[in-house]
Amino acid sequence: MINNQIQFLLNDQLTTLSDIDPNTTILQYLRQHQHKSGTKEGCASGDCGACTVVIAEAVAGKLRYKSLNACISLLPSLHGKQLITVEDLEDGDRLHPVQQAMVDFHGSQCGFCTPGFIMSLFALHKNFPDPSKHQTLEALAGNLCRCTGYRAIVDAAAAAKNHGADQFDRNVAHTIATLNSIARDTMAQLSLNKELNDGAQQAFSPLSLSQLSQIMLDNPQARLVAGGTDIVLEITQMHKKLGTIVYVGNVPELQKFEEHDDKFVIGAALPYSEFTPHLAVHYPEFGDMIERIGSLQIRNQGTLGGNVGNASPIGDTPPVLIALDAKLNLRCDDKVRQIAIEDYFVDYKVTSQQTSEFIESIEIPKPVSKAQQLKVYKISKRFDDDISAVLATFNLTIENDVITKARVAFGGMAGIPARAANCEQALNGQPFTQATIDAAKAQLASDYTPMSDVRASKDYRMTVAQNLLQKAFIEISQPQTNTGVVQYA
Amino acid sequence: MRKLVDLPTKESSKVAGKVGVSHKHESADKHVSGKAVYIDDRPDRSDQLHGAIGQSTIAHGIVKSMDLSKVKAHPGVEAVITSGDVPGKVDIGPVFGGDPVLVEEKVEFMGQALFAVAATSHEAAVKAAKLAVVEYDELTPVLSVKDALAKQNFVRPTHTQSRGDAKTAIGQSKHKLSGELQIGGQEHFYLESQISIAEPTEEGGMLVYSSSQHPSEVQILVAEVLGVPFNKVTIDMRRMGGGFGGKETQAAPWACLAALLANKTGRSVKMRLNRFDDMTATGKRHPFENTYDVGFDDEGLVKGIDFTINGNCGYSPDLSDAIVDRAMFHSDNAYFLEHANVVGNRCKTNTVSHTAYRGFGGPQGMISIEGVMDDIARKVGKDPLEVRKLNLYGQNDRNVTHYGQTVEQNILPMMIDKLENDCDYQARRAAITKFNHENQFIKKGIALTPVKFGISFTVQHLNQAGALIHLYTDGSIQLNHGGTEMGQGLNTKIAQVVAQEFQVDIDNILVTATRTDKVPNTSPTAASSGTDLNGKAAQAAAKTIRGRLVEFASEHFEVTQEEVIFKDNFVHIGDKTMAFAELVQLAYLNRVSLSSTGFYKTPKIHYNREQAHGRPFFYYANGVSCSEVVIDTLTGEYKIERVDVLHDVGDSLNPAIDLGQIEGAFVQGMGWLTTEELMWNDKGRLLSNGPATYKIPAIADMPEHFNVELLQNEPNREATIYNSKAVGEPPFMLAISVWSAMRDAISSVSDYKQSPVLHTPATPERVLDAVMQMQQD
Ligand SMILES: Cc1cc2nc3c(=O)[nH]c(=O)nc-3n(C[C@H](O)[C@H](O)[C@H](O)COP(=O)(O)OP(=O)(O)OC[C@H]3O[C@@H](n4cnc5c(N)ncnc54)[C@H](O)[C@@H]3O)c2cc1C
Ligand code: FES
Ligand code: FES
Repeated sequence: MINNQIQFLLNDQLTTLSDIDPNTTILQYLRQHQHKSGTKEGCASGDCGACTVVIAEAVAGKLRYKSLNACISLLPSLHGKQLITVEDLEDGDRLHPVQQAMVDFHGSQCGFCTPGFIMSLFALHKNFPDPSKHQTLEALAGNLCRCTGYRAIVDAAAAAKNHGADQFDRNVAHTIATLNSIARDTMAQLSLNKELNDGAQQAFSPLSLSQLSQIMLDNPQARLVAGGTDIVLEITQMHKKLGTIVYVGNVPELQKFEEHDDKFVIGAALPYSEFTPHLAVHYPEFGDMIERIGSLQIRNQGTLGGNVGNASPIGDTPPVLIALDAKLNLRCDDKVRQIAIEDYFVDYKVTSQQTSEFIESIEIPKPVSKAQQLKVYKISKRFDDDISAVLATFNLTIENDVITKARVAFGGMAGIPARAANCEQALNGQPFTQATIDAAKAQLASDYTPMSDVRASKDYRMTVAQNLLQKAFIEISQPQTNTGVVQYA
Repeated sequence: MRKLVDLPTKESSKVAGKVGVSHKHESADKHVSGKAVYIDDRPDRSDQLHGAIGQSTIAHGIVKSMDLSKVKAHPGVEAVITSGDVPGKVDIGPVFGGDPVLVEEKVEFMGQALFAVAATSHEAAVKAAKLAVVEYDELTPVLSVKDALAKQNFVRPTHTQSRGDAKTAIGQSKHKLSGELQIGGQEHFYLESQISIAEPTEEGGMLVYSSSQHPSEVQILVAEVLGVPFNKVTIDMRRMGGGFGGKETQAAPWACLAALLANKTGRSVKMRLNRFDDMTATGKRHPFENTYDVGFDDEGLVKGIDFTINGNCGYSPDLSDAIVDRAMFHSDNAYFLEHANVVGNRCKTNTVSHTAYRGFGGPQGMISIEGVMDDIARKVGKDPLEVRKLNLYGQNDRNVTHYGQTVEQNILPMMIDKLENDCDYQARRAAITKFNHENQFIKKGIALTPVKFGISFTVQHLNQAGALIHLYTDGSIQLNHGGTEMGQGLNTKIAQVVAQEFQVDIDNILVTATRTDKVPNTSPTAASSGTDLNGKAAQAAAKTIRGRLVEFASEHFEVTQEEVIFKDNFVHIGDKTMAFAELVQLAYLNRVSLSSTGFYKTPKIHYNREQAHGRPFFYYANGVSCSEVVIDTLTGEYKIERVDVLHDVGDSLNPAIDLGQIEGAFVQGMGWLTTEELMWNDKGRLLSNGPATYKIPAIADMPEHFNVELLQNEPNREATIYNSKAVGEPPFMLAISVWSAMRDAISSVSDYKQSPVLHTPATPERVLDAVMQMQQD
């Protein structure tokens, strides 16, 4: 059975949508359809946070709150969730505590960024009633303010701590009951159909792996949308329509996270923010790096499947996954094949993924021994929410001062995320000394021919790539030496 | 007659929101609840259309043909206009000509508006605008300052400010240095992109909602493109979502295009630029490439200096003449340059026309001389702070600028000493030297730099303002003035001034949208002058009404005028006390006018540009900042660890708002000098055309320790509004200390023997380059 509608709570109103262009973003829906203009558009590309809204999901009898960028989120992702916007925060005519704190601390000047900050703060305090400075900065890194210089906002965030129950807390039982009444599993398949001037638009939101597989067989040209943080820019920046859309965020099998003795298995559509802490236990530098992918809003939506699937030469996780020798489970119909992730990337934006095939999950091996060291470096102009100029990963196993295993991969150095074969060769089996590192650094010049672009020149890319190997050497061989400047407070 | 309202009986003890208190921003509650209405938030009128522009895809050339049939055929399109459809003047250059509202023939930059579309939705208009087929005869674009200089390609003639004989003085100096500094421009990145809505009126005019710092200019230009008298056009401007100079002249094109499309269709038209269109079609802070020759003695005292200041103005004059002038006026910053020759070139390139941006050229002049101070210090082997102090303007001698203005109320030396002491400069300097010896890869740097910024429009006639105040019979007050609210708290400060004059709570005062039909012929809200000018005008209006009330009360109650005292929401008249509203009602019943305009013009200023001599500025605003940074010599990455600021706002009208201006300006200035990199390719295409590629500071870029203090007990000695000082622009330049501190850290790699070349913005790439210079030499 196909149900031609999606259902969600618009604040406290159960809302049903059908016959709406599935290319509509949540922001367009709010501003143009609902005439709720509190949520602002500053960029329509996920970069400024002016459009931040909060989504509440019922998980294990509780509500989980997440901030996201309404400008690059499509309507199907709302199904079964509560959408909260800045207009909903006042309780009667009383400002919400996070709003009051922003007033009291003079946290707004022109005010255009403010609704977005308010929503990020609202989600922050829901998740951390007494947030640390680190948690505050992390929650707000995706909200740009051009006026205040941020100090007042950080102070407001601290002042709003432990603000006590608000109307959302008081309504929790009712909200969860209503969300649960939205039948997520009895519906065979969600679909939004709309005939438009430029052709039929269709969106599917399968609720199981088998449905997804079938849809992909029936619609080989369909575009997969996971977090949408990459693909929706085609709509908002390139002014295209996506045609047939398959939203994969409601497929439980793609949302899984499994920890085994020797590996992690991560569903392709599981947002970063949900698996990063687990991964960070074993690979702290990988975890730190993921914290710098986009912003919290982006990481609440963005997925590994999307980061791999978009096959960008500057995606941040592929080089790390390559260096870790991660595997992809690709599914077509009921057949699953496993490939090494480095075999997925064929050429600039070309992958080995077949028609009707999709990434089901990613398998990341755990460290095999204490002698294995994973060093991850992200180089960008701005610390937070910036695309890398260079992403370097060194996966080195050093036993008795000899490099017994080296896997080295870079992003930003070639048309695809790629291994540094010659560099690896210069490291493998060699003593862990400056002479070896010098030789390996020189080999990077034969592994890559980087390009100049808006993020960096080719010379800088090469120099910094070599210097990062140097840095990894120093950090492993002389851990007391001071080497880093880019850390959180 | 209807009954007048009831009056308060209880005596309230204090007046809320007087001058000098940290009253919240007038719209704060609306900002946080999403209720503040920006232009895009206005409900669409049922017939409303949406506009978009079709942009050129080359930087320089002649349009051979333009096929717009696909644009017109796109679903939803209701009108398409080209320059031929403009009934009035096509040129909307604000001061000098050269800015066609739509290209007539010649394309001057990539992204220039060729035509405009109106359609039933924003999306339809944007999509349709991409469908034009345009053929060009391409011309070779001029894309760099060097190329423009070689070709003598200027938008305005070169201008020189000179004192003494710099050449001889440099020649006779014991030490000489010369150098070049390339200074990047800056995208305003106001969070609200450019927007206007035009509604046709029954008289054949327009009512235009425009997010503009200069409604009066928008009014004139809209009237001129339509070919109607100015009185038929009204501009309404409630609030901007940020301006920073980017909406001074460059809000007008979008208002004009909305009006032209509205005129053509007879329907209201909203013109909102997408971020990408905004970034490619509007001007930015001018990039500069400045060179210097300086002569100095063993101590580092400047004997003579020769500056060539080259502003990259883009394709048209816009405000560039005044901007390059201001760069020249600030190439001394806080230092006495006995023999100085400052030449300013206005280079024409085939890029968007660069425009006003917080500081208006001042920052680009100031950073140049600050760089010279660092370079001199390395040469003579001193701490740069010592060299800076040595060269400061004196109190009684060495106190006249190279353009002839005496530096009065010279509090900078005192402020520098105070901050040096308060922030422990010397101890930290010693600790940093030690740290740098002990660390091979990570280096720290520190710098303390001053700011002296001249306040007044250098175009004299702009230094005027008007205001309009109405008292209603319930005692409530409506206030209007010619300034515009862009987040800087102008409306709040001016309401405080009026609250002070009438001694009533600020809640009694409503500041309404800036409108050209309320206060005419206004100046832009720019040059940090908003409060200075409009505050005085509002005060004048309030004083007029208050004077009438006093005169009336003294006659009516037969007391002297001195016995009529406004205090704490009440008026004391002899031994009688009545609520403010009661007096207003009584005055109304006795036919006293309760409405007045107010006017102000800045005194004392005069300037002879031919001789480059005079007093262009009413006064100077001062500030000092000390920044400490840490850099990674392997990658060029850095972090700003600590910033201390001491800033002079005279007697603050609102300390919280002033603090917000200082902090915001500092972080914006830091962005300009660090991560915000504009990049054009060799075809003139802007590569950094969105927030994904152009990085303004995010929250974690804020200095880890950020201490900002307002200088206390130093009222402005000029008679400004309650002896306050302008605050919008001056603190922007405090961020120069970040750049100097980075150079200090880099210089440590050469054991402070060398001064690195560090063009701006100092991205990690540039920092690493500079480190490598030190390692090579
Ligand atoms: C503001 C901003 C900042 C960003 N910063 C970073 C950054 O710092 N580092 C970085 O690496 N990226 C960054 N990105 C890009 C993007 O967020 C990430 O690549 C993210 O991981 C994409 O995941 P998604 O689920 O949102 O992908 P989507 O947009 O949903 O999909 C991306 C692509 O992958 C395909 N795809 C999705 N799921 C699958 C699947 N299961 N199988 C096969 N193909 C699939 C889609 O069809 C599409 O082509 C940023 C994006 C934005 C907007
Ligand atoms: S509008 Fe900028 S992030 Fe959505
Ligand atoms: S208050 Fe203006 S952008 Fe934040």
